Parts: sequence; C-alpha cells; structure tokens
Amino acid sequence: MAAKTLTIDGKLISAEEGATVLQTATEAGIKIPTLCHLAGVYDVGACRLCIVEITGVAKLLPACTTKVAEGMEIQTNSERLRKYRRLILELLFAERNHVCAVCVSNGHCELQTLAYSQGMEHVRYDYTFPKWGVDTTHRLFGMDHNRCVLCTRCVRVCWHIEGAGTKNVAGRGGKSKIITDLNQAWGDSVSCTECGKCVMACPTGALFQKGSTVGEMEHDRDKLEFITTAREKKQWVAAD
Amino acid sequence: MKIRLATVWLGGCAGCHMSFLDLDEFLIELAEAVDLVYSPVVDVKDYPENVDLCLIEGAVCNEDNLEILHKIRARTKTLVAFGDCAVTGNVPAMRNQFGIDNAENVLQRAYIESAQNHPAVPKGDGIVPPLLERVRPVHEMVYVEYFLPGCPPSASRIKSLVAQLLSGHAPKLEGEQLKFG
Amino acid sequence: MQLDDLIAIAEKHKGSRKKIIVRTCMSAGCMSSQADVIKKNLETEARLQGLEADVEVRRVGCMGFCGQGPLVGVDQNGEHNLWEFVKPEDAPSIISALKGGACRVQRGDPKHPFFAKQMHIVRANGGIVDPERIEDYIAIGGYLALHHALTELQPAQVVEEVTKSGLRGRGDAGFPTGLKWGTVAKSPGAKKYIVCNGDEGDPGAFMDRSVLESDPHIVLEGMAIAAYAVGADQGYLYVRAEYPLAISRLQIAIKQAKQLGLLGAGIFESPFSFNVDIRIGAGAFVCGEETALMASVEGKRGTPRPRPPFPAESGLWGCPTLINNVETFANISAIINRGGDWYAGIGTEKSKGTKVFALTGKIKNNGLIEVPMGIPLRQIVEEMGGGAPDGRSIKSVQTGGPSGGCIPANYLDTPVDYESLTKLGSIMGSGGMVVMDDSTNMVEIAKFYMEFCMEESCGKCIPCRAGTVQMFNLLEKITRRQATARDLAKLEELCDMVKNTSLCGLGQTAPNPVISTLKFFRKEYEELLQPDPFGPAAGGAPLAPERVTK
Ligand SMILES: Cc1cc2nc3c(=O)[nH]c(=O)nc-3n(C[C@H](O)[C@H](O)[C@H](O)COP(=O)(O)O)c2cc1C
Ligand code: SF4
Ligand code: SF4
Ligand code: SF4
Ligand code: FES
Ligand code: FES
Repeated sequence: MAAKTLTIDGKLISAEEGATVLQTATEAGIKIPTLCHLAGVYDVGACRLCIVEITGVAKLLPACTTKVAEGMEIQTNSERLRKYRRLILELLFAERNHVCAVCVSNGHCELQTLAYSQGMEHVRYDYTFPKWGVDTTHRLFGMDHNRCVLCTRCVRVCWHIEGAGTKNVAGRGGKSKIITDLNQAWGDSVSCTECGKCVMACPTGALFQKGSTVGEMEHDRDKLEFITTAREKKQWVAAD
Repeated sequence: MKIRLATVWLGGCAGCHMSFLDLDEFLIELAEAVDLVYSPVVDVKDYPENVDLCLIEGAVCNEDNLEILHKIRARTKTLVAFGDCAVTGNVPAMRNQFGIDNAENVLQRAYIESAQNHPAVPKGDGIVPPLLERVRPVHEMVYVEYFLPGCPPSASRIKSLVAQLLSGHAPKLEGEQLKFG
Repeated sequence: MQLDDLIAIAEKHKGSRKKIIVRTCMSAGCMSSQADVIKKNLETEARLQGLEADVEVRRVGCMGFCGQGPLVGVDQNGEHNLWEFVKPEDAPSIISALKGGACRVQRGDPKHPFFAKQMHIVRANGGIVDPERIEDYIAIGGYLALHHALTELQPAQVVEEVTKSGLRGRGDAGFPTGLKWGTVAKSPGAKKYIVCNGDEGDPGAFMDRSVLESDPHIVLEGMAIAAYAVGADQGYLYVRAEYPLAISRLQIAIKQAKQLGLLGAGIFESPFSFNVDIRIGAGAFVCGEETALMASVEGKRGTPRPRPPFPAESGLWGCPTLINNVETFANISAIINRGGDWYAGIGTEKSKGTKVFALTGKIKNNGLIEVPMGIPLRQIVEEMGGGAPDGRSIKSVQTGGPSGGCIPANYLDTPVDYESLTKLGSIMGSGGMVVMDDSTNMVEIAKFYMEFCMEESCGKCIPCRAGTVQMFNLLEKITRRQATARDLAKLEELCDMVKNTSLCGLGQTAPNPVISTLKFFRKEYEELLQPDPFGPAAGGAPLAPERVTK
C-alpha cells in the first residue's frame, strides 16, 4: 500500500494510505483526546473531541474519521482546539447529572480523565439537572442514564461485535436516550445475550456491573480488543 | 501584613474542612502567613471586611447560604470554590432532580412522603432558613476566582493551591492536583 | 413512446381545449380555504348557466399570491382575469361574469408589481397546468427536454450544459450543480442513485412544497435527465409526511409517466431506464441534511455522518449518489431546452438564473415569488411585497431560515445573490424570507430560531446537542432580564465553538441568527443586560491576578 507523508504538530510522519489521522498520530506517539472512538468498532465522529486543524481546510475535522493524504499539515493541540475541547467537556458535564463522588466509575472514568487532561476545574455553563432514571432490571448489569454521554459505543459493540442489536438510540437532541430493544426494560430484553460487551465499552459510569459500588467499576476494555484482534487478525492476543 | 484568610461552610458535609485540618504541620506554616479572620473553627460571628482570601465549602442551598455568600463576595478579594459541592453542586444538588426550581417537592418528599410518625415540614422564621428553589454551585451565584474540586480535596491538593496563592501565583491544577470525586 | 407520440398527445390535448379556461388554484394554501368546493361549484354553475361547452374549470397549482387566496384565474379571448379571496358562494357571480357584466369578487391585478417583477422558470407552469394530468404538462412542451437529452446529447454533454448554465444548488449551500453532476458521473460504480431532496424543514418555507404540488412532472423530468447524465437508473424522491398533497400528486405523476413510458425501462425506446420511488420522511428538519436523508432512505435512524466521503462518491448503500434539491431539479428541463448559455444570461456573475422565495412576515403582499438573482432586496420587500402593513416600517429581513441571518433595513439595497447575502452574515438558504417590522425584538427572533435548532438537533454530536440547549438557556436568561455581560460573553463563546465544531450543517449554522443579530442589533441585547454586583471586581483586585505570569 502506498505511503503518505505528512506532518502532525510539526513532526514529519509517514502513514499508510487509508489510515485515519487518529491512527497515524497514535502510532507516532501523539495523543489526541477521544471519547466516541473505540478500537474495534467503526467510528462515527460524534463527540468532536478529536477535532484537528488541517492547513488549507477551513473546517475542523475529526481525526477519527479523517483519512490521511499526502502533504497534510495537521495541528492537534492548538490553543483554539484546547479551548473548544474544554467547552465540549463542560457541555457534557452540564448536560446530565455527574456526581463523581458517588459514581461507580469514579477514578476509572474516561470523561473524568478527559476533563483533567483539558484542565477543566469547573463548568461555566449552568448545570441543567435533568431527570433521568436508572434501569436495574437486568440480572447482571445496570444503566444509569444520568451519566450517559451518548457516545453510542455500547450500541456499536452490541450490533457489530456481539451482533445482538439490543441497544439503540431513541429520541433526538438533548432528549436522546440509549434504549434496549423497543424501549423496554433491559431485564425484559429478549435479544440481549448478557455478554456484557456494552458494559466493557462504556467510557463512564452509565453502564455498570451490578454490585459495584463507588469507584469499583472498571471497564475491561482489553477483552473487547482481544475479540477484535481475533476477528481482524485471526490472532488470540490483545491488540498492543 | 499578613494575609486575611477566611473559610466558610455552606451546604456541604464539613469534609472539606476536615481535609483542611489534615494539613497538619503546614497549618503552622500557614499560621505565620495568614490571619484566620473567619471560619467554622474560630469563634467570629460576623464575616469581616477586607478579607484577602476565602475558601468556600459547600453548595448554595438556602437563603442563609446566599446571604452570606453575597456578603463574602463584597468583602473578599479572592474566592476559592473549595471542594466538589462548591464547584459542581455535587450531592446537595441531587435534590434538584426532584424538580428543578421546585424546593416544595423536595420538602414534601423528605418530610411528608417519607415520614413515619409526624409528617410536617419544619418551619421557623429566623431559625430554619428557607430552601432556595434550586441548589447551585457557588460560581453560578457570585464570581469565583479559583476552583479546587475533590470530594474532599486531599490535604496535599489544598496545600498546593494555598501555597501557590500565597506566593502570588494564580494556582494551576495539573496532573494529580486536579480531581473530582 | 417516441417523439411523434409525445407531440401527438400534446396536439390532441390542445385540440380538446375549450374557449374559456377558469383556473382554480388547488395547492395547499388555497385548499385550506375550500378551493375544492370552489372548483366544484364553478363546474356546477357553468353547467347551470349553460356554458358547459365553452368553459373548462381546471385544477391548477399555486399562482404565488397565496396571501390573497383562494385565487381563480380566467383566460378568455386572450385576456387574463384574476379573482381574489374567492368563496364557494362566489361561483355564480364568476361564471355569469364570463358572459360580460360585473363580478362581485375582488379583482386581482395581474400586472401588480408582485407579478410583474417576477421571472418564471421553476414556476413557469404553476397556476397554468393541471398537476394531476400529464397531458397538460406535455401540451406545454413537457418531456421534450428529456427526449432531446436522450436522443441528441451524450451524458457528458448534458453535464456540460448544466455546468455552462452556472446553476447552483437551491437546497442551501449553493454548490455548483454541474460540478456535482460531473463528480457523480465520474465516480466509479455500476449502480448509482439520484435523490431529490423535498424535505423542506425551514420554518415558514413552502417553495418546494408548492413546486411539487403544482408541477410534479417538472421535477421528475429534471431527475430523469440527471439520471441519464450521471448514469443512474434509480431515483428517490424524499418528501416529508406533512405534505400529503405533494405526495399524492407525485404518486399520480409517477404512475402517469410510467404508463406513457416516460419513466421505467427503455425510455423513448432508448436503452436508458429510470425508476423513481417516493420516500416519506417523518418530518425531522435534520433529515433534509443529505447524509441524514440518505440514512433515512436506507431505513436507518436519520442522523448525519461526517463528510468526506461525500454522497457523490459514497452515498446510498455506498454507491455514488446525486442529491439535489427540488428547485434545482426543476430548473433542468429549461436549461436543456433553451441552453446553458441562455440560463447563464440571467442573474449576476456568480449567481445565475432565478430563485423562488417564500415571502412572509410583516409584509402586505405575501406569497411565493420567483425573481432573477441579483434583484435588490428593496424591490422585493417594498415594490413586490408592498412594505410593512399598518403604517409600520421594515426593520430587518431574515433569509436562510434557522441557518441564516437578519439583514437590517439600511442594507435593503443589497442585491439578492449568494455572495452578497453571505457577506452580510446571512445566506440565500432554501428561500425563506421573513420580513420584520419595527415592533420586532431581535433577541426574541434569535431565541425563536435557537429553540427550533435545539428541538431539531438530532443529538448525535455534543456541540450541537448540548450547545443549543445552553445557548437557548442563555438567550432566555437575557430576554428575562436576568443576564449579565458575563452571560453574553459566554453566549458568544458558545456560538463560535458550536459553529466550528459541530458535525453537520444544522449545528454549524445554528448560531447564525444569534451572530447576525449581535452584529447588527447588539444594542438590543445590551439593553436587556443587568448590572453584575457580584461579578469579578466585587471584592477588590484578586490576590493573585488570574493572568499572572507563569
Ligand atoms: C440541517 C440541514 C437541513 C437541510 N434541509 C434541506 C432541505 O430541506 N432541502 C434541501 O434541498 N436541502 C436541505 N439541506 C441541504 C442538503 O444537505 C443538500 O446540500 C442539498 O439537498 C443539496 O442539493 P442542492 O445542491 O441542489 O442544493 C439541508 C442541510 C442541512 C445541514
Ligand atoms: S461517569 Fe465519570 S464524570 Fe460522570 S459522575 Fe461518574 S465518574 Fe464522574
Ligand atoms: S450485553 Fe446485551 S446489550 Fe450489551 S452488548 Fe451484549 S447483547 Fe448487547
Ligand atoms: S451508555 Fe455508556 S457507552 Fe452507551 S452511549 Fe452512554 S456513555 Fe456511551
Ligand atoms: S473520537 Fe473522533 S469524534 Fe469522537
Ligand atoms: S396556494 Fe393558491 S396561490 Fe399559492
């Protein structure tokens, strides 16, 4: 496959044709913040945290869905990008009810980590305090909509890795909601195979294993990568 | 001139102040640099004038909280939202989900629906401060200069922030210094 | 079907015409005021008054002057009369007036500037042909352009003609249509699709609706020519469910075109085949965005996806797909019939042809107008529209719907073309034009559009989903006189962020009404702001200034 040469943050890099900017940067040791991206499932470019500046392109483009091209000059960490990222995170925290002090994922949460990485020490936009419920009807797992960031990682693993098609998105705008089957209680789902992949995929404390208490819910991403590598490369090892 | 320091306790669990007391020997160093002019741990009734620095624990939950907060802002150069309740609303703000801008719902739920013996909403002019319709983090009510999240912020993080401020720097929370929950 | 057959149909139809034609508008606007009863009464009355042999009462599409409707037009001895605000009980008077004598109905003026300043390409047949009879369309030369393209032009020549015309997409962004067609034509792939975007979700817009209801064949013909040009054999017409009349007329039109062999296999006995199916949208504004629309056509949740890849490379089911707006397609047959050069002679240097606008709001004459590009805004609102009613003056004109902006009255001499409107921070958009008078509060207007975007955000990307909520809340705080200068700064910061980081056009343009009203009417915002007694400087200069050296 043809190689493409480009620069990321001034660093000269050669990348495989067809690779995304995110893949290329990651391989070169340049870290771009991501939230909706999950290794092993297709990208949707929804969270907008991975946006980068490309010289000559007026729009900011998400690194996870943008393919490399010859001669691209990419900036991943300008002051403007950092400001936008922080704003996006503030919006997320103000959108639902994140009470880290009593959250199963406290200390193991991608949303928290992202906030720290962008220096977000408070949210300037008024919290909206919406009313969202918790679904604990499933035998093994629970879903707390208060902490969902609508990244759809659970939906994508459920459809494209497990193939169960249990999880989905209903509603629109701020009223969007992750549902099981036709918007029924998770415990009543006939399609759920109880594989737990959605729980592994969730970046926050929204999906959790029952019985976990504050700070106990660690999402085991390695298992997912293990399955994806097995499928894609026919190797029984976790991706590096 | 020593720095005039105040700490206040609004709608919170006092955990942040406990953590403050965990500063141990730094407290002695601190005592040399500051005058503690107002705090739950000293016996001063009224919030004084000309305060340089105030650490505010807790969310703004009732009218007393709001009244003193306004006084604090008018009389203080630098405010620090101290701990998650002050920074985000945290646990005290969870009552907002029973009806945003609806304190009556909360009172009904707590004192009537959940009551086992004598259901009654506590009242007492000048004794029981009325609830604000919505619990808010401190910066939604007054301008706040700096933020120290954490539930509670650990002593080492308090120390780092206060030390930076005393040495005349705008505090920057980086790496381990920045943590919610 | 061959050319001779087409001409024969046209001749036969023309030959069967009666001396007097009474045209009754039966588009949605007039239908809402009993146009169907009016037509029935006119027919009955013609029979009762013994004029059956001479009078044809014809169902026609929208005549444009919808604000004066229901409208009835009369063609008699080469003269044209127009009756306004017609009621069912007016039928006897209208019919007896055909024999000479007075009519009690309000007479319209076909030479009124509202009509005189118009130029009709897209709406050439609106108010003239019966949208439910293909013969009517054929009789005025319909489907000749398709025949010409199929028999005398190579696909590349069709693309070239469209390129030459300078036509730009009428859906929102004004992308050059010829360039888009060329890209789809060149995209490799055995299967290609044509999509006609009839979602029309802008509040107050009814241009596409009117074209679909009044002249469905002009759109079908445009789509068929496009299919031939790019090498597609299947088309989808995406229409929102709120347009039942458009949908039923399209169904009739497709059926009739198929029966005559103008759609389907081997059109005009050439190897070219083209089928069109209707897809009914559930009325989400975002489904007008092309990638969301295609997801919806595929039966998925209608949410946009990042571009590239553009539909021209990878659209429906991964195949190259040409997607154009209703009005864009409606221009095509005229361009093929009369040549790209003719079309390029109309309009300005970079904006060619005509544009249909839905002129509404605080204006005397409202309705649909089609005007040449470059016409000064003042001519539209003052001469054609007659200015603001009730002796008020015009304050601003909003174009481009929720993605657009407000142009203040002192810019009314701006020519209406893509570049000039963009320069003023607004856009041409799909053709909504809302006039506001001096009683309008611009912050309320901005809030109205923001609420619309907030309700219509699909929820996929964070800046739009959560950003519109916060922007709306801030606007609400401002209009309730509870906001401070710090809130306004936060609003402006969000506008910038949402515009630059959102995934699709909805979010990218949602801040525009705020940005544009802030640009021209900032004072109206500032007047609502409150003092900030607990703001930054309240307790004196802070201990360590915020921007202390690092
Ligand atoms: C939120 C949103 C809504 C849109 N709605 C419409 C619409 O209702 N009709 C339309 O033709 N184009 C609409 N568009 C534009 C389409 O995405 C697309 O650009 C257009 O259909 C292309 O056709 P054109 O080149 O003929 O304009 C919309 C775009 C966005 C971002
Ligand atoms: S999901 Fe993450 S950010 Fe949200 S409350 Fe839990 S730990 Fe905090
Ligand atoms: S546990 Fe159920 S819902 Fe989750 S991925 Fe597996 S099948 Fe889907
Ligand atoms: S439940 Fe978790 S994985 Fe699913 S959308 Fe919400 S945050 Fe993402
Ligand atoms: S990770 Fe790229 S948009 Fe979310
Ligand atoms: S709907 Fe009748 S004139 Fe427009």
